[in-house]
Amino acid sequence: MTFTAFDAWWWPYLFILAAGWLATDGFRFLGVYFGGRLSEDSEALVVVRALATALVAAVIGNLVVFPSGALAEAPLWMRIGSVAIGFAGYLALRKSVLFGILIGEAVLLAGLFAIGFTG
Amino acid sequence: MAEPYLQVDPVLSDYRRWFLRGVRTAFSVPMLILMSAFVGFAGLARESGISLGQTVFMTGMVWALPAKVVLLGAIMSGASLPAAAFAVALSSVRLTPMVVSLVPELRAQKTRPVVLYLLSHFVAVTSWVLAMEHMRGVPRPVRTAWYCGLGGTLVAVNVVTVAVVYMLAGVLPPMLSAALLMLTPLYFLTSLWGSSRERASHYAMVFGLVLGPVFHIVTPGFDLLAAGVVGGSAAYLLHRFVRAKNGRAGGGA
Repeated sequence: MTFTAFDAWWWPYLFILAAGWLATDGFRFLGVYFGGRLSEDSEALVVVRALATALVAAVIGNLVVFPSGALAEAPLWMRIGSVAIGFAGYLALRKSVLFGILIGEAVLLAGLFAIGFTG
Repeated sequence: MAEPYLQVDPVLSDYRRWFLRGVRTAFSVPMLILMSAFVGFAGLARESGISLGQTVFMTGMVWALPAKVVLLGAIMSGASLPAAAFAVALSSVRLTPMVVSLVPELRAQKTRPVVLYLLSHFVAVTSWVLAMEHMRGVPRPVRTAWYCGLGGTLVAVNVVTVAVVYMLAGVLPPMLSAALLMLTPLYFLTSLWGSSRERASHYAMVFGLVLGPVFHIVTPGFDLLAAGVVGGSAAYLLHRFVRAKNGRAGGGA
């Protein structure tokens, strides 16, 4: 039952509804149901946030180490290097997300230009 | 600061006026940053082979960007429907406490529950941050209209952004295409670090970054779940361990 398991046009949409919408809005609706009866600082929520953060970080790691498309043609050291320098810039410049992104992209583009990248 | 106050029950024109103010609040620096993240997402979606219609559908229906990136990651790694749903659910549990803290601010005496359920769909990091920041200046009876304007605008602007970028991504030269695909990792690396409240989340980020690619090789199809559960649990335990150790060394507190 993967995303490409069936040839029908509606299957990917059903997949997105079940694995995406239901799994996301379900937790929003749960929040409305609970109203003001759940504290932001409870220990269980620390665990929940740790699991969610590790999960999204795993996706990021995969996007850098095993990218798709044109990025896959860039050398691994350059991908990791530009992300690392972008993150260092973010930390150095008052934790500005915008600067972090700009620095990382600038390093990647400079590197690609230097090696004469053509995809 | 006292809550602004409407003398009488709001009428239609009040709702309309505050809805439009919500629309205006949406146009902000956080929205620009969010748009750059959706530009990256559109490029990623195109590379992963899902169609324009599916990408737009996903953007509107799921809305939270981490959930969508996890869903794309699961699709790309060939995960089955239950595994993909479980991974997305794990990334979306954090929305519950966000909604819980927003609802008491949003609700007026006469607000019907169905309105709150519908509006909760707009909750994701950016709209939540903007709402918590500005809602104090909105009279309580029209807050739902205001948040509808704010959240609806963020969704609409980004759905259009995603559609336009998806169509343009096909004609980009390889160098810009590579840069486009780098946007999502850069955005999440920085914004996740910034939004982490406690050390446990910082440890979790480091563990997840390393374990994701490792499990991608070891257990393809379950890589995200495995990295999330193993990395997240290890991070929490490390957090407990460090806290206990500091507690002893520093004599409590």
